[in-house]
Amino acid sequence: MSKPAAASGRVWRRFLHHRIACVGGIVVALLLSAALFAPVLAPRDPTFLDTSVRFLAPFADSRFLLGTDELGRDTLSRLLHGGRVSLTVGLVAMATTVLTGAVIGITAGYLGSLTDTLLMRFVDTMLCFPQVFLLLVVAAFVPPTLLSISLVIGLTSWMEVSRIVRAEILNLKEQDFVAAARALGASRARIMFRELLPNAAAPILVAATLKVASAVLMESYISYLGYGVQPPLASWGNMLTNAQGYFNTVPWLAVLPGVAITATVMGFNFLGDGLRDALDPRLRMGP
Amino acid sequence: MNFAAALARIDTAAVTQAPLLSVRSLQLHLPSSPQPLRLVDGVSFDLRRGETLGLVGESGSGKTLTALSIMRLLEPPLSGCVHGEVALDGVELMSLPESEMSALRGRALSMVFQEPMTSLNPVMTVGQQIAEPSMRHLGLGAAAAGARAEEMLRLVGIPDPARVAASHPHLLSGGMRQRAMIAMAIACRPALLVADEPTTALDVTVQAQILELLGELQRELGSAILLITHDLAVIAENAHRVAVMYAGRIVEEAPVDLLFAGARHPYSRGLLASIPRIERARLDILPEIPGVVPGPGERPAGCSFALRCARASARCHAEVPPLAAAAPGRRLACWNPLDG
Ligand SMILES: Nc1ncnc2c1ncn2[C@@H]1O[C@H](COP(=O)(O)OP(=O)(O)O)[C@@H](O)[C@H]1O
Ligand SMILES: [Mg+2]
Repeated sequence: MSKPAAASGRVWRRFLHHRIACVGGIVVALLLSAALFAPVLAPRDPTFLDTSVRFLAPFADSRFLLGTDELGRDTLSRLLHGGRVSLTVGLVAMATTVLTGAVIGITAGYLGSLTDTLLMRFVDTMLCFPQVFLLLVVAAFVPPTLLSISLVIGLTSWMEVSRIVRAEILNLKEQDFVAAARALGASRARIMFRELLPNAAAPILVAATLKVASAVLMESYISYLGYGVQPPLASWGNMLTNAQGYFNTVPWLAVLPGVAITATVMGFNFLGDGLRDALDPRLRMGP
Repeated sequence: MNFAAALARIDTAAVTQAPLLSVRSLQLHLPSSPQPLRLVDGVSFDLRRGETLGLVGESGSGKTLTALSIMRLLEPPLSGCVHGEVALDGVELMSLPESEMSALRGRALSMVFQEPMTSLNPVMTVGQQIAEPSMRHLGLGAAAAGARAEEMLRLVGIPDPARVAASHPHLLSGGMRQRAMIAMAIACRPALLVADEPTTALDVTVQAQILELLGELQRELGSAILLITHDLAVIAENAHRVAVMYAGRIVEEAPVDLLFAGARHPYSRGLLASIPRIERARLDILPEIPGVVPGPGERPAGCSFALRCARASARCHAEVPPLAAAAPGRRLACWNPLDG
């Protein structure tokens, strides 16, 4: 959906004025391109074992810029490929979250009455359980693949999004343009998804960026508990998990993926905050 | 506009034609204590093809709710409280399933709202919004519907339709937006157009242009228009017949010229007196109407206007006067009417 030219210019300017948001945007752009081009950028095969070069420190050997791990694998290559995996989990989980949350939120908000009550009680129920608990219950039945992990994370974290979308729709559906669309014969589904949803794009976009960050973090939690992405495939989460046994002697093995996760979480959070301010609907709707 | 000629044509047609829209005993009573809110209280009228009926009354008299009931656009809980019959071209609308009703909306009947600033979707282009009804009802593809949208914009007097079609609503003035709304409403050439205060939010000069446009479109498309307004001056120049609404009921209905020459209900008379342009000397008028409209939950047993009416008798306070034929083409709900 294209934004009005003047309004999008205004949004863009406000975003650029937001220093931290720009930093977030740049960090996210760098991380995404590193993940995208990992196969080209990575100096070595991330799964190649060489026990003659175990535990090399960063910058100690020009062949292994960021050192090697307990099996002699190149840390830089593993970080790049692991980022590819972690960000994929983050993005797929985010898409699942946003899709589920938006559909449930818009249905509850627009249809109201009994549908709304039932859906919102379901949301309340889901929120009663800690997400990690839900994740582990599902993980007990579903083998951990990249896709299943992403979907499971997404399907246990859409509740907030559905609340945000519902609140937004409750506001929007009272507006005259909805009555006008109905007066011209638009169906419920059309009004929900074509008239209302694009008007709720701003809060959804903001929630989406924040969800990428929390999904990346969630993948590392469940890796830590052994249900995450399975070795030898690298993810930042399982790199961190592997590193814990050597934390006293070779701390950089944990620090490096830790920094990558922190950068991702902060980058997406800053980006989300910046978008929230730049897309403020009170400033967006004006003439 | 030459309304005398148009009126003459309508009057001859009236004899032979069945009404396009026929509303009978339309009622919207919202349960409440101590008494229900009588928002619309037994409204009946007919509207013929090519005719404009002005529905006039003070703010809060139930005009919008009448229009929304006819369009079946009310939401629960109000939607469940509507009773009465509304027939459009012989089709009873009140009992239609929602899917069939929405297939008629925008095609057989459509509506223009008061607020052009908020009645267009802010994130869609004007062209997309005008194209929608044609895609939905006429099965046009996106390209054909887009071309038709520009054609409609030209028809509603927009000089550069291509640019306007590509614009988002916030770039347009109020008058332009209202023209765009009208283009959306008439895109499928509906037989009935309900216009609820279509010019109230606009400047006086733009108002006149928009009303003139509605008149022209009516002559071109032959649609019937239900023109809702609180402003009798708008009715005087743009309607063939007028129904005066007070506290949820129609109290007087007459051809425009007859009403302006001599309203017979004391409320209509008072309303006419509040238009400065009308020659007061000609009318035996109430300089102003004392008191306020009783709220929908505090209607008296008799005539709702009795409390404010200088002519009220005991009967007026006890019994609701029915809306009865007073002369050919004229109906009146008053126990002590003025002379015509
Ligand atoms: N949803 C609603 N619930 C209860 N009362 C309503 C509602 N909508 C309108 N009303 C009341 O119904 C009356 C008629 O309203 P309306 O049809 O909008 O009047 P008009 O269009 O003539 O100004 C007013 O007193 C208004 O306060
Ligand atoms: Mg109104």
